[in-house]
Amino acid sequence: MSTTALYTWRKFKNATMLSLTGLSLLAVVGVLFLILAYTVSKGINHINWDLITKMPAPVGEEGGGMANAIVGSLILVSLGSAYGIPVGLFAGIYLAQTEKGWFARTVRFLTEVLNGIPSIVIGVVAFIVVVLPMKRFSALAGGFALGILMIPLITRTTEEMIRLVPSSFREAGLALGIPRWKTMMFVILPAAFKGIFTGIFLSIARVIGETAPLLFTALGNRFWSTQLDQPIASMTVFIYDYARAPFDDWNQQAWAASFILIMLVFVLNIIFRFVTRKTYTA
Amino acid sequence: MYDIMQQSLKENDIPRIQETLESVSGATDAARAPRMEALGLNAWYGKTQALFNVTLSIPRNKVLAIIGPSGCGKSTFLRSLNRMHEEVGGSIGGSILLDGEDIMDRDPVFLRRKVGMVFQKPNPFPTMTVAQNVVAGLKLNGMRDRKELARIAEENLKRVALWDEVKDVLHKPGSSLSGGQQQRLCIARTLAVEPEVILMDEPASALDPISTMKIEELIDELKKKYTIVIVTHNMQQAARISDFTAFFYMGKLIEVDKTAKIFTKPTHRQTEDYVTGSFG
Ligand SMILES: Nc1ncnc2c1ncn2[C@@H]1O[C@H](COP(=O)(O)OP(=O)(O)O)[C@@H](O)[C@H]1O
Ligand SMILES: [Mg+2]
Repeated sequence: MSTTALYTWRKFKNATMLSLTGLSLLAVVGVLFLILAYTVSKGINHINWDLITKMPAPVGEEGGGMANAIVGSLILVSLGSAYGIPVGLFAGIYLAQTEKGWFARTVRFLTEVLNGIPSIVIGVVAFIVVVLPMKRFSALAGGFALGILMIPLITRTTEEMIRLVPSSFREAGLALGIPRWKTMMFVILPAAFKGIFTGIFLSIARVIGETAPLLFTALGNRFWSTQLDQPIASMTVFIYDYARAPFDDWNQQAWAASFILIMLVFVLNIIFRFVTRKTYTA
Repeated sequence: MYDIMQQSLKENDIPRIQETLESVSGATDAARAPRMEALGLNAWYGKTQALFNVTLSIPRNKVLAIIGPSGCGKSTFLRSLNRMHEEVGGSIGGSILLDGEDIMDRDPVFLRRKVGMVFQKPNPFPTMTVAQNVVAGLKLNGMRDRKELARIAEENLKRVALWDEVKDVLHKPGSSLSGGQQQRLCIARTLAVEPEVILMDEPASALDPISTMKIEELIDELKKKYTIVIVTHNMQQAARISDFTAFFYMGKLIEVDKTAKIFTKPTHRQTEDYVTGSFG
């Protein structure tokens, strides 16, 4: 092959690859756009302040909103975070410090197994260990299920992010006569903060969209409730109920609620970017 | 060549360091007593032994250089002195004394405040500012007084001749400084906890010649107050800055003496080969 032919061939390959990557990008952005457009077009009649400020209307009446479901979702996620984040963090710190040993290896393996368990199964487990003994569905049971879902993700990112911090910082801390736990808390964790925070954020973004584990635990509630030992509403269960209902008005509200949920995750994302923007990197 | 070395590495060849050092030390007993001593020190990484029966005195307020080819155990020896060797899962046998007391009887946390360490690669804490880096050791051990911390930061930055260069960027990340500045920052950080002994593991090997020169000047200044042990594989550097030089080879201490003697009339053949550049 002559040099020019080779050159043309290379340019051709280059152009092909570039188009392929461009197409993939379009596919991703296109799907996202489709979802948003479809959601908005279906729920356009109900995307209004009522949806986020009003309570569900009695069956048979038009309108109403999901104020209780939004608050309920936030309560459920907070409950899950309240123990999912510390447990995940400590497990991650432990694993990062203990490379070897059967216990660490077992914990690491179980974390991965836990990560792979379908969320509906976690819901059933929460049903058995919390709902049955309490003899009622409750916010606590829902938070428990969400917390379990958060743990493996937080554990894994924490472990990995701590490992990414060069050991020279740990050595520098120890060589200054700083005890190990303080070196971990004030030297290593801050250096890994951004990554760990990303893990926590992703786990929150993941569980806020969970429905299945809540059906067996928090159940849902058409009324205002912030009591932790009572059934509580959530956006996802609201969407689930309203999408299945035989009323057009409810179906549209389900679409509108979906849009709000997507927007909420979007806003969380922006807050997250803002928080992690100004930290020094290693 | 290799065979000759192997042969001369026999036990009875371990030099009489004690005598050598005592003959050159100061007048009073206290001044004559070494700051630190390794007695029959062995060190392992798991099952592999890295140091063999090292007996070596570290004289007070002097600079002891440790030289030898890569992998001969220089860093291992240094890290045994502040018990950092254990932090990578290593173990030691024999004993190490600090002012006559066995360091294995001490809490490593307190030992390391007396025996500070500077690493090969500058490692200022990435999430702390220049000023915070200097006082990190004090702050993380409970000192709260902001004024006092600021004063100590300034004092120690001046001691390492960094103050003028960084006084306007005290609130920038420590990692934003140049490599040479970072290393002096790390030395300031070590000095701030008021150690008595400073261990330096090739502190200038990652730096440019000018920064290296600054570090060397600093070491010369510091030895008035501190006992310094410095690992270097730069022979000229050892010759320039140290009072005593110890030559290690394959985990053993071959020879320790006044630096001038090591570089002009070493007792042992391997030392001579090494310092004249026949190998290593
Ligand atoms: N973390 C470690 N684990 C296992 N072996 C090590 C470790 N660090 C050093 N060694 C071994 O110990 C010996 C001495 O190493 P070192 O003290 O680092 O030598 P030097 O500083 O003189 O180059 C070498 O053979 C090296 O391979
Ligand atoms: Mg070394």
